Amino acid sequence: MNKKSHTPLIHISKRGLLPWYQAWAIRGGAIVAALVLCALITMLVTGLNPIQVYVTIFEGSFGSSRRAWVLFQNIAILLCVSLAVTPAFKMRFWNIGGEGQMLIGGLATTACMILLGDKLPNAVLIPIMVAASLAAGAIWGGIPAFFKARWNTNETLFTLMMNYIATQLVAYFIIIWEVPKGAGQIGIINQSTQAGWLPTIGSSKYLLNILIVAVICGVMYIYLTYSKHGYEIAVVGESERTARYVGIKVERVIIRTMLLSGAVCGLAGMLLVGGTDHTLTTTITAGRGFTAVMVSWLAKFNPLWMIFTSFLLVFLQRGAGQISTNFGLNQSFSDILTGVILFFIIGSEFFVSYQINFRKSTNKEAR
Amino acid sequence: MFDFVSFIPRAVVQGIPLLYGSTGETLTEKSGNLNLGIPGIMYMGAISGVIGSFFYEQSTTPETVSVFLLLAIPLLCSLIGSLLMGLLYCFLTVTLRANQNVTGLAITTFGVGFGNFFGGSLIKLSGTQVPAIILSTTSGYFSRPLPFADRLGWFGKLFLSYGFLAYLAIIIALAASFVLNRTRTGLHLRAVGESPNTADAAGINVARYKYAATCIGSMIAGLGGLYYVMDYASGIWSSNAFGDRGWLAIALVIFTIWRPNVGILASFLFGGLYILHMYIPSGMNLAIKEIYKMLPYVVTLIVLIIVSMRKKRENQPPASLGLSYFREDR
Repeated sequence: MNKKSHTPLIHISKRGLLPWYQAWAIRGGAIVAALVLCALITMLVTGLNPIQVYVTIFEGSFGSSRRAWVLFQNIAILLCVSLAVTPAFKMRFWNIGGEGQMLIGGLATTACMILLGDKLPNAVLIPIMVAASLAAGAIWGGIPAFFKARWNTNETLFTLMMNYIATQLVAYFIIIWEVPKGAGQIGIINQSTQAGWLPTIGSSKYLLNILIVAVICGVMYIYLTYSKHGYEIAVVGESERTARYVGIKVERVIIRTMLLSGAVCGLAGMLLVGGTDHTLTTTITAGRGFTAVMVSWLAKFNPLWMIFTSFLLVFLQRGAGQISTNFGLNQSFSDILTGVILFFIIGSEFFVSYQINFRKSTNKEAR
Repeated sequence: MFDFVSFIPRAVVQGIPLLYGSTGETLTEKSGNLNLGIPGIMYMGAISGVIGSFFYEQSTTPETVSVFLLLAIPLLCSLIGSLLMGLLYCFLTVTLRANQNVTGLAITTFGVGFGNFFGGSLIKLSGTQVPAIILSTTSGYFSRPLPFADRLGWFGKLFLSYGFLAYLAIIIALAASFVLNRTRTGLHLRAVGESPNTADAAGINVARYKYAATCIGSMIAGLGGLYYVMDYASGIWSSNAFGDRGWLAIALVIFTIWRPNVGILASFLFGGLYILHMYIPSGMNLAIKEIYKMLPYVVTLIVLIIVSMRKKRENQPPASLGLSYFREDR
């Protein structure tokens, strides 16, 4: 009678599929908890009371019409990159090179604007810019895909390295094109002629970008959900062997998807350079290539949910930026809050897909 | 003539933070955790040490200062700071089985933000009356060279002119290499990284190994940040000065094909490539220097490609790298 029962106190098992409202209730709860913690941290740092914290965050994002436009512009660009990396992620191809693909797209745009700016009218120049940025991004995304497909080279590390190669290429061309010589920056390109600047709709230079990204978002949703390509991507992501078995050419899908992914990233770079900033710096992407990974993952690779997740992150960044400005603190405060939110949401995924079973009272087993 | 006697020591001091980072990351990756949070953790290690030593320097006067505390406080704070980040990473990826890439990037966002925020706002938050964070007293002890360094000419400059953390980095790398390849613990750790299922079946506690390797790895990487700010940067914190060295450390892991002992020379090589642009006579052509800065990344890419093409089994990344382990998953 020496047999002890070895039932562990806690036993974790996989859940069946939760109804979507329960899953989102868990995620929503995590976001609320994270926001409370963010408010606490802000209180400790600034001495504001929690209500004031949220008011300031809200003001930083929507306080004036300019701020609101900037907010939506930032959401649009972040959403664009997130949409771009999503097909690759669905395929389990960890493209963390969005940063580099954006930069190289921006570089191609800049090249067109500087070299062709005074030779071609805008009606010709802008399509060339679009084509160039798409091609440049596609090449930058295609290289790692080629090696992944051919020799199974680790794509996470490959795309990561490509980021820095792109950064240095941009740094190189910035010095080549710097205005004036020795300034170390390009400055506003074609300020007088506005050659290659994307047209403005109405009074806001941001509206066009936002509309373009909205269209991309819709198209990407349809592409991933209803097209044959989208289906192939999903199969390759779920199981490469199944994909091979049913006759999907995995290598081709990988390369094709990454060409697409890189091209859209390149387009995002074009929107930044041609649409709003009209200049090129090595930090123009502001880490969006990395943030996009999280936006896309948080939304479970669903383009429509990405609107919400990118809104959440940008809203928080702008708001935290406002708090930093008001209190003379470092702008990196927003990164801390972003980190906290991300940790909570990342952690909450566990409770969506797993359940915890506590050991039942041992009396029953003892009988 | 290329000035090796001035070049090599500068390459070495550039390489040491990378060596810490890559040794830590190699240990972590051997357990199957691809910790992309290393850049953030290195920032965390640096800023924790800075915060600790800032408050200690503020609380004492030069007469009452204790050398032991001056060294122990930043070291301890740095280790604790990076340990906490490592624990957070493990909790999310091992216990909660979250996606490692996303978690790592979140850790980097948080860590870099934390470092820059407290580096930029510490003075304002603590209400002290100093213009900038300059920890010269502490830094003086951290960067003190070995005895006789200045009396032995080029030999002293090449081998003895570094602070004690530099030598510690080499010792840690050698120790890590020994543990990985020559001990039972190392064997178990590698088994966990290659095939957690098999390791589990053999009675190895997968979660414990993953936790231990990642946390120790994080602490080692954090020391790299501390070395950078206390020794290389002479105790002066400036925003984003650490730059992309964290990513370079991850690149170095690939470059050394997961071997910490190779990492010692490789890190010096990377350090050299990192500053090569300062030694290349380029005349008025400043742009070409930017191309030289690309070198470490290009070289890493080439190694990554060659390793994957040759498919030698002992040179491959740990087979379960980047995947969470769940016993009931098959």
